[in-house]
Amino acid sequence: MITLTHYLILSGILFSIGLVGLMRRKNLLMLFFSTEILLNAVNIGFAAVSKFYGDLSGQIFAFFIIAVAASEVAVGLGLLVLWYKKTGSINLDSLAMMKG
Amino acid sequence: MFELIAFYTFSILTIGMFCIVVFSKNALYAMSALAGGMIFISGFFFLLEAEFLGVVQIIVYSGAVMALYAFGMMFFDTTRDVKENINNKKILYTLSILSAILIVVILCAPIFSANIEAIYPAKLEGVGNVQMIGLVLFTKYLIPFELAAVMLLVAMISGIVLVSKRMDANLTEDEQEHIEGETI
Amino acid sequence: MEKYLYIALFAPLVGSLVAALFAQSAKNYFVGIFTSVLIFISFLSSMLLLGYVGEGVVVHVKMFDWIGAGNIEIPFGFIVDQISVIMMVTVTLVSTIVHIYSIGYMDHDKSFNRFFSYLSAFVFSMMILVMSDNFVGLFIGWEGVGLCSWLLIGFWYHKESASWAANEAFIMNRIADLGMLLGLFLIYWQIGSLQYDVVFANIENLNPTIVTWIGIFLFIGAMGKSAQFPLHTWLADAMEGPTPVSALIHAATMVTAGVYLVVRASDIYTLIPDVGFFIASLGAFVAVFAASMALVNRDLKRIIAYSTLSQLGYMFVAGGLGAYWIALFHLMTHAFFKSLLFLGAGNVMHAMNDELDIKKMGGLYKVMKPTAILMSIASVALAGIYPLAGFFSKDKILEVAFDSGAYFLWFALFIGAGLTAFYSFRLVMLVFFGEKNYEKYGVHPHEAKPFMLYALTPLALLAIIAGMFEHSFKEFTTQILRDYEFSLDHSVAIMLILATSVVAIGGILFAIYKYKNGGFSESIEKLPIFQLLKNQYYIPKFYEVAITKPFALASKFMWKNIDLRVVDATVDAIASIIYSTGQKARLVHNGNLSTMLRLMVVGLVVLLILVILFRP
Repeated sequence: MITLTHYLILSGILFSIGLVGLMRRKNLLMLFFSTEILLNAVNIGFAAVSKFYGDLSGQIFAFFIIAVAASEVAVGLGLLVLWYKKTGSINLDSLAMMKG
Repeated sequence: MFELIAFYTFSILTIGMFCIVVFSKNALYAMSALAGGMIFISGFFFLLEAEFLGVVQIIVYSGAVMALYAFGMMFFDTTRDVKENINNKKILYTLSILSAILIVVILCAPIFSANIEAIYPAKLEGVGNVQMIGLVLFTKYLIPFELAAVMLLVAMISGIVLVSKRMDANLTEDEQEHIEGETI
Repeated sequence: MEKYLYIALFAPLVGSLVAALFAQSAKNYFVGIFTSVLIFISFLSSMLLLGYVGEGVVVHVKMFDWIGAGNIEIPFGFIVDQISVIMMVTVTLVSTIVHIYSIGYMDHDKSFNRFFSYLSAFVFSMMILVMSDNFVGLFIGWEGVGLCSWLLIGFWYHKESASWAANEAFIMNRIADLGMLLGLFLIYWQIGSLQYDVVFANIENLNPTIVTWIGIFLFIGAMGKSAQFPLHTWLADAMEGPTPVSALIHAATMVTAGVYLVVRASDIYTLIPDVGFFIASLGAFVAVFAASMALVNRDLKRIIAYSTLSQLGYMFVAGGLGAYWIALFHLMTHAFFKSLLFLGAGNVMHAMNDELDIKKMGGLYKVMKPTAILMSIASVALAGIYPLAGFFSKDKILEVAFDSGAYFLWFALFIGAGLTAFYSFRLVMLVFFGEKNYEKYGVHPHEAKPFMLYALTPLALLAIIAGMFEHSFKEFTTQILRDYEFSLDHSVAIMLILATSVVAIGGILFAIYKYKNGGFSESIEKLPIFQLLKNQYYIPKFYEVAITKPFALASKFMWKNIDLRVVDATVDAIASIIYSTGQKARLVHNGNLSTMLRLMVVGLVVLLILVILFRP
């Protein structure tokens, strides 16, 4: 029998994979992919909780997260393109203007 | 039984796909794997009787977002791999494993308020999931919904402005010049 | 009636604020006239209030709640009763005359407008002091006049001696104010209120020891403001300020605030006759002590300042022995003739191009007839010759001293009266009669402007006739103040009056005789007693050696050793620790997004650990 815990653990594993990507990758585009993974991991958790508690709020939240993710991609990708046009690189290490 | 098989299949597939995303050197592979992973996640939604969410997942992620990424990648030279020199791998993996363990431990712990009461019951007699979401979304969550709509509009406009060629110039002016240029 | 109260109180403030607007601009007669008119309006309101109070009405208003915190409840309230209305009339009358006089006196000063701003601000503070219906308001006014006194003594701040004198006055007053503040705390602690009526109604129920301490602390405050020994040195040095300031603040009004406090707190002091007797003794001591210093001084204004000190001593004798209305009466008459004396001295100074040494004057009667007459009237009044104002109030004080059985005090005051008469006429003789010493210094004296002299005539008139109001004054003030019951025989009283008058006239005649014939020989200055008096009993020197210098040394030691080595070092250490931590921490901030993300994950891990450790 699949319980809530199964889903939550799956969600946690996916979230960890996202974190690994976030820390490991230097390609800015890959960072965006990793954030998508993080968001989706959370979405699974929400949907599972919604199901096992019989409350619709979880699904609504997941829905809003999808909306946020979509707008994040639009703006982020726009900035990324702009950055690429300006510097010709999307390597994270080239992006160190805030060095203190 | 069917649920069990489906859950494990989808789990393995999703984890595999996302691992490809994270570890693959080629951006194109990563993107394709991501798209695959998204679709498999929608499988979970269907398993969890959240049909609406599953459909939205496929449409928005696999459709819109992935298309956006695909178009975005056309701007970049994808044939040239981004050189990724990863330093301090030890720290990285310790951190990852540590956080994974911690998250799993927390999620496995007995949930504090197990006797939670549903405010918006997911199931009513004779009302489907999509219908139910519509009801809740347009009553209780109307204002967040409208705000989300405005946010998407803002994101769309900013995306256009950012990627269009001349950021400093007025968009309509730009258009006018273009038209004049054509007539001449 | 409340209307008049507010007018009397706030007209000087308005004048001060308007004058302050012009403070930086060039001399403008409008400022002087405007402030004078407002003070005069304040005077008229005070007179109207005097009329009302005379009918037995006490005006008591509460403007608004001022401090309300926990149990403490202090309204911004004012009371016009028999005591405060007398003070108001005296203050505003003298202020009006001083303001008008200053228009002429400060004519050549480039800070003309600023002067009037300060002067009106002083009057406002003084009005708060006398009109407040609680001790806190009194304290605010008390500090306000202290501040204005500081500003005005140091009015010519570019002169080092002036700013030094201003600081000295301010610091001495602060020392005394600490005592007063302790007294207020004690009252609040014991009674739980600072309203006069509440305090005086409950003071009898307190432990006598506590009441004694309250009386002592309040009197310490009064000692500072009224420059009583040992805090007296500031008053003579305060003569660095412009002469109208000396007349208004350091003769007529501010320095009498201490007497006012004792009179106001008469309900407290009647309970503690021991403290009262101490006050009287100190007053008698100061009366002789200051008069003796005035005998030999050669500085025109300092002589009058010492005389003020001496007269304040008389007032404290009356206050200490329980004859409060007499203290108040002497306060009023003294205000009239002493400010007249000071303003006359201002005329002389102007004539002599700010020369203050009376040995360099002489024979000014011929060129400054009106001033000479005015100052002579004031001196006669000060000496206490019948029928001028000083006679009535001063003789009453001597009678009180004799009547209380304090013969020693009476004797001291008796001597003081003779000395007063002598030094006043020494001054008059040396300045206005005798040889024209000023010719040697190439000074061409001239009489002051006519309007300044006209402004002085009301004071002269009051210096002559104020004593006639003795009986009505007594009836008026004893409505709320305790009357002093004389048990003296009529014949004894007559004898006392005669004795005092004889010693006063004797002093005058001796001075006239001696200085008509060329004064004392030079050899007298060699006498040790003369040197002692000339150096003010070496008290300023003593203060310098015993307090100022050790304090300076201690300060220097503290600065070199404690401040630089401990405090500064600590502060520097804190700064350098933070600085070096910043230097090390900036490595974290290397601008690399990847590093930041890793740090973020570290943070996440820490938070998750905390969640596990502290889960509910």
